[in-house]
Parts: sequence; structure tokens; C-alpha cells
Amino acid sequence: MRKALELKNVTMQFGGVVAVDNLSMEVNEGEIVALIGPNGAGKTTAFNVITGVYEPTNGEIDFFEKTIVRNHPQGKMKKMYKGECAEYYVNQPVLAPTPDKITLRGMARTFQNIRLWKTQTVFNNVLIAMHGHSTANVFSAIFRGNANEEAAQRLKVEKILDTVGLLDVKDELATSLPYGKQRRLEIARALATDPEMLLLDEPAAGMNPQETLELTEFIGSIRRDLKKTILLIEHHMDLVMDISDRIYVLDFGKLIANGTPEEIQKNQGVIDAYLGVAED
Amino acid sequence: MKKTKQNYTALIAVLIFMSVIFVLDQLIKPTDSLGMLLTVLQKGSVYALAAVSMNLLNGFTGLFSLGHAGFMLIGAYTYAIFTIPSVERDNVYQYFDAAIRFSFPETFSQALGPFGTVLGVAVAVILAGLIATLFAYLIGLPVLKLKSDYLAIATLGFAEIIRAIFQWEKLGPITNGSNLLKSFVRTSTMQLTIGSVTLSFSTFVPVLIAVICITIIVLLVNSTYGRAFKAVRDDEVAAEAMGINLAHTKQLSFCISSFFAGIAGAMMAMVLSIAQASNFKVSMTYEILLMVVLGGIGSITGSVIGALLFIFASEWWLRGLDSGTFLGINAPNVFRNGFRLVVFSVIIMIVVLFFSKGIMGDRELPDLIRSWKKNGGPFRKKNRENLHNVLDSAQDESEDHSGRRAKS
Ligand SMILES: Nc1ncnc2c1ncn2[C@@H]1O[C@H](COP(=O)(O)OP(=O)(O)OP(=O)(O)O)[C@@H](O)[C@H]1O
Ligand SMILES: [Mg+2]
Repeated sequence: MRKALELKNVTMQFGGVVAVDNLSMEVNEGEIVALIGPNGAGKTTAFNVITGVYEPTNGEIDFFEKTIVRNHPQGKMKKMYKGECAEYYVNQPVLAPTPDKITLRGMARTFQNIRLWKTQTVFNNVLIAMHGHSTANVFSAIFRGNANEEAAQRLKVEKILDTVGLLDVKDELATSLPYGKQRRLEIARALATDPEMLLLDEPAAGMNPQETLELTEFIGSIRRDLKKTILLIEHHMDLVMDISDRIYVLDFGKLIANGTPEEIQKNQGVIDAYLGVAED
Repeated sequence: MKKTKQNYTALIAVLIFMSVIFVLDQLIKPTDSLGMLLTVLQKGSVYALAAVSMNLLNGFTGLFSLGHAGFMLIGAYTYAIFTIPSVERDNVYQYFDAAIRFSFPETFSQALGPFGTVLGVAVAVILAGLIATLFAYLIGLPVLKLKSDYLAIATLGFAEIIRAIFQWEKLGPITNGSNLLKSFVRTSTMQLTIGSVTLSFSTFVPVLIAVICITIIVLLVNSTYGRAFKAVRDDEVAAEAMGINLAHTKQLSFCISSFFAGIAGAMMAMVLSIAQASNFKVSMTYEILLMVVLGGIGSITGSVIGALLFIFASEWWLRGLDSGTFLGINAPNVFRNGFRLVVFSVIIMIVVLFFSKGIMGDRELPDLIRSWKKNGGPFRKKNRENLHNVLDSAQDESEDHSGRRAKS
């Protein structure tokens, strides 16, 4: 089995705040892995580092066994950085691609605070996500030399909308959809970039139990039918325990546990830090 | 199927429109009482293209840039310099030794006759766009990294610097310093004599250029690149996360917008018969921005309507306010120099107050007509309700804005 994603000693430090602290983790191809932790634990920040939104302070990220991101403390961060293992990356070239580059290599994400293109229809939201892969230059696009490619893209959009169950609302404005459907549309949009791996940031946030159940089933089917690897952040424990193969737990930026759902449920450290808090 | 039918309708509409312009060109003499109509149509097409090209950047890509007058200036000068006939050159460059002694229409017409003149003008117009694009590319590299307000300030500064540079004495052999350029190929002399008939193209040519350019912009906006522009405008972070290269996309929009601004500048020179750097002030950019806002940010037809209304009102309909008689009322004490601007400003304030999203919002005219057809005419009750809804939602939004401001 190949490793789809591997983080090595990833640290993200904002000034004095260490949002992600020396995080190492891996996701194998075809797995569903969950990243959980209390509010402010650094989960979204970890996603932002993986997808190129932030340049990590230190560490390396491999995607399907190729290094896509690498950095070591530089400039004033040299003085501020308190972590270990910095030496290892110092003599290697820094890699800091922009998010679009990483997406085009096959990693797509959704956002915790839904970020759909709000003036666009449901259909266009998915179609636009295919722009990065379209081969037409601007001249052929203006004079419709890419008509075939675009027709194929439109067909694919319909197919994706059908799989996520949004085909009947395709001409509506994205923002006119109810919350749950907007989250589904975000997943549809991510799928349109043709990814190997999906990063879902709280896909069930704001959903009722019924919707959450449907979503659980849907995420399972993405793995099963579309053969995608999935890393997800989620606070709904039922969903997490139900579909994850493995779970990583973050607290104050640090990895405090990892293992199967059963192991995590029994782990005393996790109960103290996270589940305990939730039960209060 | 439906798409091709729409395209044919649009094509036929354009052909009819161009025929009407052609006929007007022959029937109306510039000295007639209706001659103003031609002038206004010529200027209107210049500003329509300027407004649409600005909307492409500010409205469709969400990059608030104020450098438009600068790019128009570059276009105007490029066009003028490359179409001055050689016999006129020393006369135009009175105080300098002209460095560029080359005219496209002249050179091409020597080989190809009248067709060469047309071709030469076309080449000069396109070159005007290309040079503006070149400048845009170089400026875009550092400037497009800036966020909204800073981008506006930087582009504004650029436009002012360009204006100063073009007036610089040291560049006199090329730009004629602070003196104006004239005697180049202009619309007032665009005529064709076949036997005993003389056909005029003074209005036809600028309108045609505007129609072609705006058509290309419409095609662009509805293409995959146009959709990428809108994605960048709606949410930059999401656009980047979905594989859209922000730097490239912004640069592309900036360059294309400037290309058409350059062409609008060339048209401006053509229509006014002169090119002078001191005309391309920031106030010109503001005027164009006003047209865009009036018509509706993010609507191409809106920008065209905004530009035409602006030019028609300021140059024609409200003229009487400055010269004594307006709507048959003769009151030279009230209607004197400057009063027009007062009335004009009040009208604009009223429009902006009541149509906070501009006349068209972010819709296009064909969409609007289609929805009217569906509901039976613009004055049916349902449509009036629609209008009210639009106004209400516009109000909601402005409240939302102030709410957010207050919080932060
Ligand atoms: N751009 C930033 N600048 C400074 N601090 C930041 C930045 N982004 C995140 N942080 C800090 O990093 C910490 C982790 O935030 P993050 O959003 O990753 O948490 P999270 O685990 O996703 O929490 P939640 O479950 O609430 O979404 C927080 O303390 C936050 O304030
Ligand atoms: Mg988060």
C-alpha cells in the first residue's frame, strides 16, 4: 500500500503562537483518516499547511511519495522557533508551492466556513473548479476553439452533481441552498478538480442528525466507488467513529494520540483532553 | 440548439444596428442640428468600450484599479504617432526632430490603395492595445500582489506618472512633449468617394470598433477564463484552492482590460482629432468608473448603457442648461456656464441612491428581456414586485454592510 500523504515534523508558528507543533502523520491510499481535537487545536491550520495556504515554519510534506512542501525556520523565525528536528531540513531546498499547484497534483479540500462562489450557480461552482485542468489558452477560449473540451466538462459536471444529489438544483444560486446542501456542493466542487485525495474540514458542521447520517454514507461511497483517499476533520464523534480507519488527535497543536477508533475511545489522554471536555 | 438561436438573434441585432449607424452617417451632416447625435455616438462608443474594459477588471475580476486613463493615454499616443502622414510630421513636431517617421496607413496604402489605409488604421489600433498591454504586464507584476485599496492607489499613481512621462521634454522627439499630436488619421476625414458619391464613415468606424471589442469581451466573460475571473472576485481563497492560479488570472485580466483601454484611447484620439497627455487625468478614470457604477458593476450591457446615458446627458441633453435655454425655458441668469454640471451631479446622486446596484445590477439586458417575456412585460405587477424585491435586497445588503462595519 502506498502512502498518500505524509507529514514529517510539521510546525506552523504564528509569531509566538505554535498552532501546529511538530506534527508527523500519514494517510495510506484508500484510507479514511480523521483528524480530531478540541476547538483551536490546530486542525484547520494543519489543512492550510498541507494545501499550501500557509508555508510551514518547519517540516516536510510528501504526497504520494513525492515531497511537495518543505521548509525550515528562516529569518526572524530562526530565533523564535522552539521546536526540534529543524536541522534535518536546513540543507535541503525550500518548497512552497501555491495552493493551486497542490490542487492540480491531486489534492482537493473543502472549507470549514463554506467558501462557495456566491454569485455563481450550483452548476458553475462545479464547472469553474475544472478550469485548472482545462488546456485551452485564452484565445481559443474566447473564440470557442475549446468547445469540445467544454462540452465534456459540462457533461462531467452533470455527472458529479448527480452523484452528490444536487442535479435538480443545478441552476440555482449556490448560496440559496440550505446549509447541508452547500456542504455537499463544496465536496462536489472538490471532486471536480479530479483529486486523488480529499481533505474535508468539518463536512457535517451545522447538519442535523439525519443529514449527518446521509453524509456518513456519502463519504463512505466516495471512498468505495470513486476510490479516493480521505482525510477529514470532524466534531461529530458518531460520524468519526463510524467511518474512520484511523484517527489522529491534536491538542494545543500537539499530537496526543493516534490509532483505530476503538483505541482512541479508550485512550485516557484523549478522554481528558477532548471527550472529557465535550461531556462537561 | 438554444444557444445557436440566441447567437443568431444577437448577430442580426448587431447587423441591423450597424446598418442604422451607417445610414445615419450618410443622412446627418456634422453641421446639422442633429449633428450632435453623431458626435455623441462617436464619443459614446469610446466611453462604452472604456467602461466595459474597466468593468472587466473592477467588476468581473474584483481588482479595484484606477489606472485606466493611463492605459488610454498610451493607446491614444501609440495610435496618433503611427498614423501621422509624413508630410504633416514636421509640422506636428514643431519643436522637436520627430524620431518615428513611419505611418501604417500611409505605408500600407502605397502598396494596397484605400484598403491599405483601412488596414493601416486597424494595425495602428491593435498596436495601441498591445503597447498598453505591455505596460500593463510590467506594472502588473509588482502591483497586482497588493490588496484592494493599495492596488487602487498604486495604479492611480502609475497613471499620473505615465502622464508626466509623456509630457517630458526629453521624450519630445517621440511624444511631442507637452504639445498636442494632431493631423493623424481621424474619424472626421474617414470618407470614401466612389464616382460622384461620397460615403462617410465618421460614426460607423468608432461604433464598429466598439462593437467588435465589446463582443470579444462578452465572449471572454462567458468563457472558462471569464468564469475563473468571477471565481477570483467571489472568493480568492476558494479559487486558489480549486486550482486557479491567482497571479496568472489577475495578470491576464489586467492585461486584457488594458488592451481594450488602449484601443479606447486610440478611438478617443481618432474621434477628438487630437491626442494630448494633459487630457488623460484621473478625472477621466473617475468618469469611467462612474459610468460602470451607474450601469451596474458586473454587467456589460450596464456599462454600455451607463456610458451612453452619461455622454448623451452631459454632452447633449443637458447642454441647454449651460447656454440659456432648456426645455424651451429661457432663463439666461439660471442656465449659465456650470449649471449643467450641478444638475448632472444631482441626477447621478439620485440614480445612485435609488439604484444602489446600478441600473442593471449584475444582470445583462438579454436576461432581463427573457424574464420580462416570461412574466409578460416590464410593467406587469409581478415584475414590479420583482423590482421591489431587488430594491429591498439591495437595501438589506447595505444594512448588512454597515452592521459588519460597526462590529469590526
Ligand atoms: N493566520 C493565523 N494567525 C495567527 N494565529 C492563527 C492563524 N490561524 C490560526 N491561528 C491560531 O491557531 C490556533 C489553531 O487554530 P485552528 O483554526 O487551526 O483550530 P481548529 O483546530 O481548526 O479549531 P476549530 O475546531 O475551532 O475549527 C488558534 O489558536 C488560532 O487562533
Ligand atoms: Mg477548524
